[in-house]
Parts: sequence; structure tokens; C-alpha cells
Amino acid sequence: MAAVSGAPAATVATPAVSLKDVDVTFRLANGGTYTAVQRASLDVADGEFVAIVGPTGCGKSTLLNVGAGLLAPSHGSATIFGSGLTSLNRQAGYLFQAEALFPWKTATENVAIGLEIAGTAKGEARDRAQTWLARVGLGSFGDRYPHMLSGGQRKRVGLVQVLIRDPKILLMDEPFGPLDAQTRQIMGNLLLDLWSADRKAVLFVTHDLEEAIALSDRVVIMSAGPAARIIGNWKVPLPRPRDIGEVKLERAFHELHREIWEALKDEVMKGYQQTGGG
Amino acid sequence: MSRTTLLALQILVAVICIAFWHIFATYTFFGVKLLPPFFFSTPYDVASRIVRWFVEGTIWKHLWITLVEAMLAFVIGSLAGVLIGFWFARKPAINSVFDPYVKMLNALPRVVLAPIFALWFGLGIASKVALGVTLVFFIVFFNVYQGVKEVSPTVLANARMLGMSERQLMRHVYWPSALSWMFSSLHTSVGFAVVGAVVGEYLGSAAGLGYIIQQAEGVFDVAGVFAGMFVLAVFVIIIDMIVTAVEKRLLVWRPVAATDAR
Repeated sequence: MAAVSGAPAATVATPAVSLKDVDVTFRLANGGTYTAVQRASLDVADGEFVAIVGPTGCGKSTLLNVGAGLLAPSHGSATIFGSGLTSLNRQAGYLFQAEALFPWKTATENVAIGLEIAGTAKGEARDRAQTWLARVGLGSFGDRYPHMLSGGQRKRVGLVQVLIRDPKILLMDEPFGPLDAQTRQIMGNLLLDLWSADRKAVLFVTHDLEEAIALSDRVVIMSAGPAARIIGNWKVPLPRPRDIGEVKLERAFHELHREIWEALKDEVMKGYQQTGGG
Repeated sequence: MSRTTLLALQILVAVICIAFWHIFATYTFFGVKLLPPFFFSTPYDVASRIVRWFVEGTIWKHLWITLVEAMLAFVIGSLAGVLIGFWFARKPAINSVFDPYVKMLNALPRVVLAPIFALWFGLGIASKVALGVTLVFFIVFFNVYQGVKEVSPTVLANARMLGMSERQLMRHVYWPSALSWMFSSLHTSVGFAVVGAVVGEYLGSAAGLGYIIQQAEGVFDVAGVFAGMFVLAVFVIIIDMIVTAVEKRLLVWRPVAATDAR
């Protein structure tokens, strides 16, 4: 396995996100326990784009929630820029897989809210929200409510809702999961475009290996759950800036894909058997 | 179906019904009058009664009284329902303690309270408002409670990740969600406010639409009863149209299908 050494990447600086020996155990209704993630260690350097790939139900999102502070690990620790995480991760922006926009607010209001609650004057917050919406091609959609937007448009609003707060870390939970293939590609390129402007640390969860390689600097593979572990760690040697459609045609992409897939496919089969093929 | 056809068909239904009423109340078939005017009156009598009320202007006072009672019942009942619903939803302990009593009170047919309210608050407006409040309160209460409880966990997590404090969550998440549920029950609660007012008047009062109907019934004046019913029905339809207009404004952010499917 031509993986990069298991734990910290070759960075000297303090990592943006550092998970150490994280266990997450849930108590079940019948009194038992379920261990979703076991002994997971992962560092994301500042400015690094890391993708977590794993079979369905392997606890990728659980790990992300630990990094967000939405979930406390039952063992191990989460450290954000060197300081231990005890409550919500205030340095992070989180892009959810499910619909997370406020349905009673217009697109502009949805984007502006993050600034408004932090004390920015309403007018200024709205102006900046408008500018951000324009950056993702939604300049003329500001006064629409979420239900009047398409799935891809809602994702773009969600993306700028997070980015306008200028978080140091970006956590993304299969954000483009529900979108069709073309829209995913457009969203991927848009994300890379916005990200390259001021490289934040990104932790991107996906089940799509191609998407992971095309977007990220490093791909982390998780085993099938329960008690999922991190089983592999690959650097992506593809040059930036990338175009997601074109990068998938490159030789290096295919070689890496084959290599990672070798390691992943057994886990995917295991995952399938455990979830009954769902 | 176009709007005009629809309207024409809707009017046609009324015309046919009134025509049947007129025919069976006026003409004898096989020796029997199917709708004896003593019990059913006639469309003409009812119409002329309504016209007379409006021409003489006596009806306005009664309409006004009923409207005031219904509005007060709606406002007070909604306010109490929103506040207590919100409080119960945010404080599960309080909800658990009071839950059996809330269910008990809600199960009680409110009409039986009318005599007690008449004793407590007299025969004036207050006793009708009280009856309406007991009806409106529970509808609003349950809807607001549900609205707060049913906030999407993702939206809530998103709000937290965007940095909202408890107070900001109230204002930007729980409150709009609760209000949207309350507004979606607006038709029901406004309807019940009118019901409370009219039933209260019917059981003991000196003015209002319920009073007119009760008075007419007391002297076997069937035309008066029917006339009162028609005026009441139109009154309710007009209020309902106003509610629909208000709702359209307040729930603009809702998908159209959801607003129409009521």
C-alpha cells in the first residue's frame, strides 16, 4: 500500500483540525451501545483540503460532527488550532447534507444572518450577502425563498451562508450528495474556485471516490462500520488549479483511483453486507 | 376549469338549491307540501327579512357585537396559546406536569362552560369572549407547541454552527417555526372564535347574531332563524376571505402546494 504515513501529514505548523484516538459510542434504546468510530486519528493542516471516503454508514459524518463540536467523542480528543474543543467549534463553517437553510428567510436573509447575529449592521450584512450571492451566480435570486430555488441553487446559497462568515475551517458533509452529476461537477468547480481564493482547511466527507480525488489534496479512507477506523491516507499529486471534468481524464488520476479503490473495495463490500445492500 | 366557469357553476348550485326550496315550500305535490313554510319558511320571506334588517339598519349593531366578541376571543386566545405553547415546548418538565390537565380541559365540550361563564362574567360581551378564548387557546397552543418541537434538527444544527446564541435561536428559528404553524391553523382558530361568540350569545345575551337567532326561534319565527343563519354564514365567509389574504402575505415563504392544500 503506497499510503502516506498514517497520522500527521508533513506539516510543521499547528494543524487546523486534529483528531486524536477518537472513539464515538452511542447508547442505544435497548440499553446496548454502538461504536461508530474507533481510534480515529486525523490531522488537517491549515489550508489543506482533505476528503474522507468510506462505505455507507461507516461513521464519516460522525467524525465530522466531532470536528464541529456537535458531538463529543467518548474517548480521545479534538483539537482546533492547538486548543482543545469542548463546545461548538466557533472557527468552523459546516455545510450539511440535508436542507439546512431557514425556509422562512429569503436567500439574501439566509446568507446575511451569520453576519447579523455577530453584530454586523443589517444593511451592511445584506449588501455583503448580495455580493456573495453574485459570486456564485445567484445575484438576481436574493429575494427568493429556499423553496423557489432548485437543489443546486440551494446548495450554493448554503455554501455562501457558511463562507460569508469567513470561517478558518470548512466542514462539509456530502454537501453535493443529493445533486445530479452535472450539477455536482459545477458545484465542485465552484467550490475549488472559492477555496483557492483564500485556502481554508477543508474536511470534506463523501462516498464518491472520484469526487474526493478530484477535489482534495489528501484522501483518507475509512473502513466499514461499526467501529470504523481510518485505514488509509493518500496524497493527491494532481496540480492545481484543477477542473473537475478535465482532471478525471488524466493518467495520474486513474492510477491513484485504482490504487485507492483496491483498498476501498473490500470495505465497500463489507459495508454493503452489513447494511443489507442499502 | 376557468375562473368564470367555476364561479358560474358555484352560483348554479345555490340557484338550484333555492329553486328546490321555493318549489317544495310553495307547491303541493300529491296532497302534501314537502317543506311546510311553518317549519322551513320560503326563500322569499327569508330574503325580504334580510333586506329589511339591512334597510332598517338593526342588523349592524348585532354584527358589530359578534365581530368584537370573536376578535377579542381570537386575540386573547392566540396570545395565551402562543406564550404558553412556547413555554411548554421549551420546558419539557413543565409540559410533563401539566400534560394530563391540558388534555382533560381540551376534552371538555366547551359549551358546558357557557352557563358558568355567564354566571361569572355576566350576560355581556365578557362571557362570550371567555367561551371563544377556551376554544381558540387550545388550537393555537397545540400548533405552537408542535411548531417549536418540529423544527428540523438540521436547520437547528446549522443555526448553532452559524453562531446563534439561545436567544437568537428563539428569534430566528423557534419563533418563525411556531408562528408558521399557528398561521396555518388560522382558519380553524378564527372559525372557532366566531363559534364561541355565537354559541355564547345563543345561550344568554342581549345582542349579537346568536341572540337574533335565539329570539326568532323563541317565537317560532322560522324566517328569522334562517335569515340569521344566512347572515352568519356570509359573515364567516367574509372573515375567511380576509384570513386567506392575511395568510398569503404571512406565509410567502411556504411552497404553494402546502398553502393551497387546506
